[in-house]
Amino acid sequence: MTAAPVIDIANLDLVFQTNDGPVQALKDVNLTIGKGDFVSFIGPSGCGKTTLLRCIAALETPTSGRLTVCGISADEARKARSYGYVFQAAGLYPWRTIAGNIRLPLEIMGYTRAEQQERVQKVLSLVELEAFGRKYPWQLSGGMQQRASIARALAFDADILLMDEPFGALDEIVRDHLNEELLKLWRRTQKTIAFVTHSIPEAVYLSTKIVVMSPRPGRIAEVIESPLPRGDRPLSIRESREFLDIAHRVREGLRAGHAYD
Amino acid sequence: MPMIERFRTLAAILTVVAVIVVVWYVFAVVLNSRWEYDQAARAGVQIGLPELIERTLAQDRPMLPTPHQVLAGLWEGVTRYAPTSRRSLVYHAGVTLSATLAGFALGAAAGLLLAVGIMHSRAMDMSVMPWAIASQTIPILAIAPMVIVVLASLGIKGLLPKALIAAYLSFFPVLVGMVKGLRAPDGMQLDLLRTWNASRATTLFKLRLPASLPYLFASLKVGIASALVGTIVAELPAGATVGLGARLLSGSYYGQTIQIWSALFAAAILAAVLVAAVGAVERLVLKRMGLAR
Ligand SMILES: Nc1ncnc2c1ncn2[C@@H]1O[C@H](COP(=O)(O)OP(=O)(O)OP(=O)(O)O)[C@@H](O)[C@H]1O
Ligand SMILES: [Mg+2]
Repeated sequence: MTAAPVIDIANLDLVFQTNDGPVQALKDVNLTIGKGDFVSFIGPSGCGKTTLLRCIAALETPTSGRLTVCGISADEARKARSYGYVFQAAGLYPWRTIAGNIRLPLEIMGYTRAEQQERVQKVLSLVELEAFGRKYPWQLSGGMQQRASIARALAFDADILLMDEPFGALDEIVRDHLNEELLKLWRRTQKTIAFVTHSIPEAVYLSTKIVVMSPRPGRIAEVIESPLPRGDRPLSIRESREFLDIAHRVREGLRAGHAYD
Repeated sequence: MPMIERFRTLAAILTVVAVIVVVWYVFAVVLNSRWEYDQAARAGVQIGLPELIERTLAQDRPMLPTPHQVLAGLWEGVTRYAPTSRRSLVYHAGVTLSATLAGFALGAAAGLLLAVGIMHSRAMDMSVMPWAIASQTIPILAIAPMVIVVLASLGIKGLLPKALIAAYLSFFPVLVGMVKGLRAPDGMQLDLLRTWNASRATTLFKLRLPASLPYLFASLKVGIASALVGTIVAELPAGATVGLGARLLSGSYYGQTIQIWSALFAAAILAAVLVAAVGAVERLVLKRMGLAR
């Protein structure tokens, strides 16, 4: 299962210069993410998950270290439009319809009218919002808005999907449903996904690789390769022996990280 | 329910109007009585209260005209003469309106362009903003006559000088509102555009401008009222013979208080209509954008 590395991070450090002096947000991060991997980042608040994701998307510049994406720098990859970024809040434009919001990146990237139309329809059905294209964001529930924002990230051909707690604000049942949908989507599109979460079951259920992080300074405590099948993962897999074992390992990893304090 | 609500609102408004009208009449009687007493003393007669009230409410050149005198003055100014006649209030209001609209268009465009510049260049932020603020601390009454006189000596008269004064007053609220409005989008929305490698122009047109529209309309309402004030002030200096400002001035020359008050009310009505018009455009635009719920 060794695919060519899509994201390659070596000795990455990031220090924020703040008014109260420097804050070491990431320290000596080493990680490779293969093509088609689903990688979850989990760790206590403030351990640098968001910052790491933003580094990959070239929204933050590392202080030192190396970060390449398909062999080029993160910023070049950004300019090549390799990323679909999903934030914790849906962040849809209130003055655009759902279809209009999904069309936005396509307009910016210069797709033709016909192609925009086609792609919007395709991703709308991918996230099961076919009937809501003409609605405005405020007419949709929070979960539907989040699905629309995922559709927006899928509309263009980004190779890498970066998701920062996309389901953090949703209730358990909607979350379960969206997790299932996301897995299906991932399998269908073969994208590489980096996914930040606070939930151990969510991380274990979704991932092929779980990155456990620990705080002060933010660093990777453990990387767990999941033995769960890449293919079909019914929700009931969460009661299986294997699943519980990995969940246990993740929990231990998180606890070990905390013991540093 | 909404029916009752509306009724209550209407009742409240009418109550306030009624109170104002009553107070106004009382003041009219008090302020105008002096003249009646003088007249009576000169004639060597006494006047009683009923007679006093009757006379104070019907003077030709009262210190304070009564509401019905002002209304009659307005009505006469609007209906008695053809709208093209110099004696018609409609004619003067039209002159003022055209300069106001021209100045407002100029000022709003300037405010918008400056705001976009300030948004994109730190140097402009540092250099333009202090001047813009300083410009508004200079009393308009002091510079308006200078501008009018200087431009007149260059042979520029009529609408343009007045429009410039109007623009001078109306660009500021638009500038301040738009600088805030263009900065309204949060970090997440800007980051999202960055991940799509959107250019600055794209960011401006797809995100910043649409997001700033509520701010824009709020400042346009202030701006158009300021433009009207600017135009009227620009019509005050000697030389102007047309426009509501000129009516105010000539009224005060000849002690025609009813004319002054009629012109004042015409200006107030014009301001209300202009602000309401901007409000109507706002509702239309926001509705078309799906922002009105
Ligand atoms: N722009 C910034 N300037 C200064 N410090 C920052 C900045 N962004 C993040 N930090 C600091 O970096 C550290 C990591 O923050 P980060 O947002 O990556 O944490 P996180 O793991 O995503 O937390 P959470 O789970 O709460 O979202 C924190 O200590 C935070 O205070
Ligand atoms: Mg975070």
